[in-house]
Amino acid sequence: MAASHEPLLRIVKRGESPFKLKIFVRLISVLLALVVDALFIYFVTGLNPFSVYTTMFQGTFSTAMRFSWAMRDLASLLLIGIALAPAFKMRFWNIGAEGQVLMGALATAAVMVYYGGKLPAPLLYTAMLVAAVFAGALWGYVPAWFKSRLGTNETLFTLMMNYVAIQIVACCVNIWRGQASGLGKLNMKTKAGWFPQFFGQRYNINLLVVVLLVVLMYCYLRYSKQGYEIAVVGESENTARYAGINVGKVIIRTMILSGALCGLTGFLIVGGRDQTISTGTAGGNGFTAIIVAWLAKFNTFYMALISFLLIFLEKGAGEIASAYNLNDFASDIIAGIILFFILGSEFFINYKPIFRRSRHETITKEVG
Amino acid sequence: MDILIAWILRAIPFGTIIMYGAMGEILTEKSGNLNLGVPGIMYLGGFAGFASAYLYENTVANPNMVFSVVLALCCAFIASMLGGLIYSFLTISLRANQNVTGLALTTFGMGVANFFGVFILDGRTATQSMVYKTFQTKIPGLSQLSVIGQTVFGYGFMVYTAIILAIVLHYVLNHTRIGLNLRAIGENPATADAAGIGVTRYKYMATCLGAGISGLGGLYYVLDYNQGIWATTGQIEALGWLAVALVIFTTWKPLNAIWGSYLFGMLYWLYQFLPTLMGFSVPGYITDLIQMVPYIVTIVVLVMTSMRKKRENQPPASLGLAYFREER
Repeated sequence: MAASHEPLLRIVKRGESPFKLKIFVRLISVLLALVVDALFIYFVTGLNPFSVYTTMFQGTFSTAMRFSWAMRDLASLLLIGIALAPAFKMRFWNIGAEGQVLMGALATAAVMVYYGGKLPAPLLYTAMLVAAVFAGALWGYVPAWFKSRLGTNETLFTLMMNYVAIQIVACCVNIWRGQASGLGKLNMKTKAGWFPQFFGQRYNINLLVVVLLVVLMYCYLRYSKQGYEIAVVGESENTARYAGINVGKVIIRTMILSGALCGLTGFLIVGGRDQTISTGTAGGNGFTAIIVAWLAKFNTFYMALISFLLIFLEKGAGEIASAYNLNDFASDIIAGIILFFILGSEFFINYKPIFRRSRHETITKEVG
Repeated sequence: MDILIAWILRAIPFGTIIMYGAMGEILTEKSGNLNLGVPGIMYLGGFAGFASAYLYENTVANPNMVFSVVLALCCAFIASMLGGLIYSFLTISLRANQNVTGLALTTFGMGVANFFGVFILDGRTATQSMVYKTFQTKIPGLSQLSVIGQTVFGYGFMVYTAIILAIVLHYVLNHTRIGLNLRAIGENPATADAAGIGVTRYKYMATCLGAGISGLGGLYYVLDYNQGIWATTGQIEALGWLAVALVIFTTWKPLNAIWGSYLFGMLYWLYQFLPTLMGFSVPGYITDLIQMVPYIVTIVVLVMTSMRKKRENQPPASLGLAYFREER
């Protein structure tokens, strides 16, 4: 009768879960999500999900041009993800990447507007870079200072900073465009501050920087003393304090780094991709990158994989939209469903559900 | 004086949108769940309400407007609750990270609303549901009575239900056993669990009901504030984040949401009325800066509450953390 007191379902926390299990659970979750997405596509549109998925594939892979566009957008998303990784590893909820990127982009654009053509090119690029990194770092520093001194909730603080940044950008764009209806590309005639062509595309420089940062950030978090401090603070602030780590200092230092890298992303977006600025320059990537960083568990190589998956979905949905006369909001739904499944699957990696053993099993065990 | 009245007449409906959003989120956060999916939920509510009323009007020969209103309210509430249910299942049962799940829900909700919205739009840029007239019906005699009648009684019924809801929420949270239990869970779920309170059940209830209330904000925006017009829009997202900001501003108290939301409404429309009120015109780029004010005010309040460290003004202690019984 003892068995009847045992609950039907118990949950036990796993220790370190084996690598194979992690891969298996994640694969299953993505597959299940694709099945649910297929059902969604079928029931809403009546289209054959397989042909839809094939079309989706073409969004990224049909032509070399498409692929390079996908890579360009991947670069922006992944860069922000890398920038967020140290902050999130420290369990500092930096929801403000959107604003930090915008401030970096704004600083870059400001240097282009006011010094374009007046400074020699190397100096101009340096000025743009320094201004962007500084602006981004400042936007990261402010909430970090309040968090370390007063314990102000950083999730909500950084969220609000996004909107402050958006309004500042709106204001500057308004000034710069003057009587024109839109801002257009900056320094259209002189191309001052535009990245030079590199293997045929301006944004190839962005790709190069991303590849470099993937490796650098991985090493920083994994092998450096500062990376270790970040990990300890993230696990437990009390442990960190006991170990003699100056928690406030680590928080501020890490957020300056995180903000500075976001600023750098803004610099690369304006100089290498858009050559202009608007309130949509970050394009929601600041929020998507949070999901990327979290799902990858701050491993920058996984981040590259997940960013690729998301960009692939986005491009694919755009392709479906034009091919089947749908609209590209489908990508938000499809991506949302996949994210829900991946988020839910984490549970099966961290916890083990144990069902009440059947009576038969219990008896054989007792007899045996 | 006329300007001031016009300003108030704009501010109160605007405030009502975010008041619903914020009240739902207060209820959710009291249970320790920080749901950043509010914008997505408001999208779901707004769209479900609009779509149900629109389809009903266009399929039935003689649509009954009162039924249409009830239908829209029910559909909006249920759709938003379903959004809340996805969030609850992932964060409470599967212990997924709350911030990330909330952000995913925002993406998802926005996608669902705009994706299906395009089918209803059917090539047009905007469509209108006539039910807005019923939503905007004012109390006949009183709303024409002088200036005070206009500013106090000159709105649709959802403005007043929002106020009633705030009072009810205040009462439930602070003067009933259920509210006490809920607050206990938000502060320290392990202690609440040890006291025999069903933590999981309470969290689910609070989060789903909270989502339903937040969704009504989206409904109010589309069917009353926006005169029943649906268009593919990013506007609701900004409103959703403003609702999250308002929660902080109220220091998690529903009664503060009443005046707080109207104040936010005044601040939001500041850029349009301040120049006329002061008697000079300002260039366009200054209005962009004035629109920043609600967010700055929120930051200031956030910093002030963390500085003064008054117990009753703090966020629930376990806000944002998943609860696992066997992990102490």
